Amino acid sequence: MATATMEFEKPIYELERQIDELKKLAGEQSLNVTDEIAPLEKKLVELRTDIYRSLTPLQRVQVARSNKRPLTDDYLRLCFTDFIELHGDRAFREDAAIMGGWARLDGETVMVIGHERGRDTKENLRRNFGMAHPEGYRKALRLMKLAEKFHVPVITFIDTPGAWAGLGAEERGQSEAIARNLFEMSRLETPIIATVIGEGGSGGALALGVADRVNMLENSVYSVITVEGCAAILWKDGKSPEMREKAATALRITAPDLLELKVIDEIIPEPAGGAHADHATTAASVQETLVRQLDELRRLKPDKLVRRRREKFLRIGQYAE
Amino acid sequence: MAWFRKEKKPRQPRRERLEIPADVWEKCEACGHTDIREKFVRNFNVCPNCDYHRRIRASDYCGILLDDGTMEELELDIRSIDPLSFPEYPARLKKATANAGEGDALLAAAGMMESLPVNLGVMDFAFMGGSMGSVVGEKIGRLGQRSLERKHPLIVICASGGARMQEGVLSLMQMAKVSAVLAQLAERRIPYIAVLTNPTTGGVSASYAMLGDAILAEPGAVIGFAGPRVIKQTLGQDLPDGFQTAEFLLDHGMVDQVVHRRDLKHTLSQLLRHMSGKPSATGWTAS
Ligand SMILES: [Zn+2]
Repeated sequence: MATATMEFEKPIYELERQIDELKKLAGEQSLNVTDEIAPLEKKLVELRTDIYRSLTPLQRVQVARSNKRPLTDDYLRLCFTDFIELHGDRAFREDAAIMGGWARLDGETVMVIGHERGRDTKENLRRNFGMAHPEGYRKALRLMKLAEKFHVPVITFIDTPGAWAGLGAEERGQSEAIARNLFEMSRLETPIIATVIGEGGSGGALALGVADRVNMLENSVYSVITVEGCAAILWKDGKSPEMREKAATALRITAPDLLELKVIDEIIPEPAGGAHADHATTAASVQETLVRQLDELRRLKPDKLVRRRREKFLRIGQYAE
Repeated sequence: MAWFRKEKKPRQPRRERLEIPADVWEKCEACGHTDIREKFVRNFNVCPNCDYHRRIRASDYCGILLDDGTMEELELDIRSIDPLSFPEYPARLKKATANAGEGDALLAAAGMMESLPVNLGVMDFAFMGGSMGSVVGEKIGRLGQRSLERKHPLIVICASGGARMQEGVLSLMQMAKVSAVLAQLAERRIPYIAVLTNPTTGGVSASYAMLGDAILAEPGAVIGFAGPRVIKQTLGQDLPDGFQTAEFLLDHGMVDQVVHRRDLKHTLSQLLRHMSGKPSATGWTAS
């Protein structure tokens, strides 16, 4: 699942390597190479922009899953202050696939809850790649209710391949945990803003996604099923790039697709070369969006907020009559 | 001792058996028991030998659950479209409609249940595996709306492999949509009961199936978030016996009762009467 290098980024790596070598050479021989480097760096920005402008849906999936992207933990550091983590569902155990706690956004207290898949293998395993057990969703709900109690808004970050499928998860009611979150989020009397920062995988993503504003980062994806799962079920081939591309295209999972389908409210732009190319700039865009949206939502009375949130989800769907 | 007498009973001559036309016989998928079809049908399509609950159509459930002559089918004109231009979806819809009818994967109805007015949604596995797309979500949404307006309880019989892939994220969002409707019912104290039949998995299981004021399940039904095949793949080992059956969920505290199909109507009515402050259908009974 970890993506060390992405094939389509090879020209970017190559140019980055050239620039590094030139800088190294200049350092060793005390040469001034500013004039040589400037055009190369300009070219690098152009190359990143070009490549990222024409990503295929499957390439977007790769970008969304990249372990170099900013993760929930990064946004907590970059967009918020005064974070204090809260653990456990008070029923069974702590689930590190979802993290959350109090933090400040622009000085004001908020409750931040997000899938956290971990940057390296050790963290991936500890956090189960962001695939939560029922405990994770129940912890998330506990924190949301806590936020509601103190009239504090909820900010969620979505970044998961899906909810965990396993014996313990089934025994402890994975379905019930997800369903309960959908139900309670649709009536939580405090503003909720959800942002898909990487992969928004199915019910496990939606369990943090019933919100007044739903955002997607430019290169994130949001889908009812993984492209591999879809291709395997429909075309008996979940592995070949052709079939995965076919599924990624057919499922309409990119941010512009979801905006067109009226499932999300806003796309947060990423810097040239994707969020992983520049964490700070990405986080600044996210922060700006959250502050602005929260300012709008804070003006609404709780009952009106809930009514509008419900109406928004009740409108989703397309059929003939 | 029944088994002893049975042993001694002479076998029916083969010749005589063959005189009954072949299509009158039914064979149980679970135990292989063969009996005349009429016996299966009279037993609610439950095997008279092993109690295996055979899959039945949405209209059959309406017949079992609603009082004679009270059923009114609703929302007949909603049809699935192909919002994503998904490969082969229009052809699949056409085939499903030819095989299973115009109602998509959910039959919406209103009627009386032991003289109590109810709104009833029944999923139809015969239509694309009972998959939930925009039409299923919208039909349950409208049934919920009707329940809100008339203060009538809502019952949904679930039978589904999950969300309808061909409608992508729109089908995922139906989970949120139906859950929002159920939250409205809950706030107005209108009872909602979910009945889980074989199978109830995926997006249906992770939304309205698990949100009932009471949750009932048919014996032996497979119920779970991930299908057994997916879990087997993830684990790389066989699953324990009875894993994800209705009985397993009862043991793990996820459903209120496992109910034989023959008792379903009365159990539902009994629950609804308790929850809506109505007297018992049969009056006071001495223990
Ligand atoms: Zn049988």
